Amino acid sequence: MQLVCPAGSPPALRTAIDHGADAVYVGFRDQTNARAFPGLNFTEADLQAGIAYAHARGRQVYVALNTYPNPAGLAAWRAAVDRAAALCVDAVICADLGVLDYAARRHPNLPRHLSVQGSGTTHVALRYYVERFGIARAVIPRVLSVQQVERLCEQRVVPIEVFAFGSLCIMVEGRCQLSSYVTGESPNRHGVCSPAKFVRWDEEPDGARRVSLNGQLIDRFGPAEPAGYPTVCKGRYAVGGEIFHALEEPTSLNTLDLLPRLQAAGVAALKIEGRQRGQAYVGAVTRIWRRAMDRLAAGPWTSEAQWQRELVRLAEGHQTTLGPYHRSWH
Amino acid sequence: MRLTIGPLQYFWPREQVIAFYRAAAQWPVDVIYLGETVCSKRRELTTRDWLALAAEVAASGREVVLSSLALLEAESELASLTRLVENGRFLVEANDISAVQMLRSRGLPFVGGPSLNVYNDAALRLLQEDGLRRLVLSVEQSRGAVAEFRAGCTALPELEIPVWGRLPLAYSARCFTARALDLAKDDCGFRCIQYPDGLPLATRDGQPFLTINGIQVQTAGRCDLGPELADLRAAGIDLVRLYPQAASMAEVVARFRAALDGGPPLARVGEENGYWYGRPGMQQVTA
Repeated sequence: MQLVCPAGSPPALRTAIDHGADAVYVGFRDQTNARAFPGLNFTEADLQAGIAYAHARGRQVYVALNTYPNPAGLAAWRAAVDRAAALCVDAVICADLGVLDYAARRHPNLPRHLSVQGSGTTHVALRYYVERFGIARAVIPRVLSVQQVERLCEQRVVPIEVFAFGSLCIMVEGRCQLSSYVTGESPNRHGVCSPAKFVRWDEEPDGARRVSLNGQLIDRFGPAEPAGYPTVCKGRYAVGGEIFHALEEPTSLNTLDLLPRLQAAGVAALKIEGRQRGQAYVGAVTRIWRRAMDRLAAGPWTSEAQWQRELVRLAEGHQTTLGPYHRSWH
Repeated sequence: MRLTIGPLQYFWPREQVIAFYRAAAQWPVDVIYLGETVCSKRRELTTRDWLALAAEVAASGREVVLSSLALLEAESELASLTRLVENGRFLVEANDISAVQMLRSRGLPFVGGPSLNVYNDAALRLLQEDGLRRLVLSVEQSRGAVAEFRAGCTALPELEIPVWGRLPLAYSARCFTARALDLAKDDCGFRCIQYPDGLPLATRDGQPFLTINGIQVQTAGRCDLGPELADLRAAGIDLVRLYPQAASMAEVVARFRAALDGGPPLARVGEENGYWYGRPGMQQVTA
């Protein structure tokens, strides 16, 4: 089982490699990937250096080209596939049918992974991507229970990568328009969710803070209350006369407790979310998961309380969940 | 342009569903989509019931399309999908790539539903190779995107766009209705049946914001492209879709029918049209 870690910058890439990532996934500095944040991501020169660093240590680099181009944008996405191929990346991670098709035809020897943004949740859907585009791996949306992940692996249509840790998208990836409904910019088209340029914080006389997204109130925090980033799905709203986190709380996915089960299921790779997070996050999370996976490989599995404490500290809202892997979350 | 009734997104009692479609079969619409697209636990009508209802509606002369589930997780859902695909008579609206795969492997033509991600002509051409004959544009597609499709494609399929109703924005493994009622999804009691137009969600300062409908999240306001019908026609849209609502659907149909038949342009009734103008979906843009 491979550990696939995020990097939003060259130092984060080196940190992930140094702390034991088997592969690092990155994006170009444009809208071709789903973390198109200002100041984040890689120039071609950055990526070339990063790939050399990874390959010198026997590790891999994947490039996420996982947004959906409009017709006018297709040429730019195809050019990004060409750039990735020329740099000898180990795989491209794509969602759009047109981009996958181009990569398959133009660069048949460049492995193609189906991005989580491709919303492939069944063996039948994965069969489509295998037959149509020869994908070598599929990243599965965060909707399946662990039993469903086990059954999907049993089908052996294609090697499966699942999310292990990080901020939790609670909607089927690739099928969420909440951000575009409010801001006009979506993960699918613009590579951003609830973009920072639409966020506004206002302090009230009593010290409370209101946070809005393009004029829509997402939450209000008391003076002493910790405040999270206002993604639409993690705000507090009024439903049936009560105010609560109607969709989801600020929380991170953490599947450390499921590690032996995911291994036994035959999952090919575990993905850590967080290209938008800093070097310290990447280093700490990679180190913990590397140790956990090495321990699992060595013999009988036991988790360590210290690992969990540290992961909780790094989690969104300082809390973690097994998310959809566990039925009680549904 | 032809007028269509999109699939019922809500969970209504069996008698209400049957009454709705018996009435719809008499309305001046061209195409009626039937089937459960949101939650496989909703079984007031089984797949067999939907097929029987489809046959009944088709007897009125309306074109009938069977809509498939947008999010599939379980083997049982794939089995239901297989029955839908192998119905032997009606076109299927594929709302997931699982459905596309089943249809293409059987050589069956299909309608591409709004939850397929078709953002460019290259993706569209591939699906046309698979058997796509009509595309229902996803909710965030704009006038500009349609023009780009037209410029990039030599043989466009029929294009359909939602013009009325609360639009589907997101799907999850989690049931938000059950969460709001503090129930486990596995023991939900099918309580979404109590919200025939979904459960309203407002911001903390009381502004309508979203609508909860089981595992689906919808817009709070109703999309209304009635005043834009001439613009849609000029853009080359072939079919316009009305999403069912619990009350006054016959009047909604009558208004759109009159406008399509050459009546005066429609006044704005619904709250939102932003997506068509390339703006945030929740906005209302005055042309």
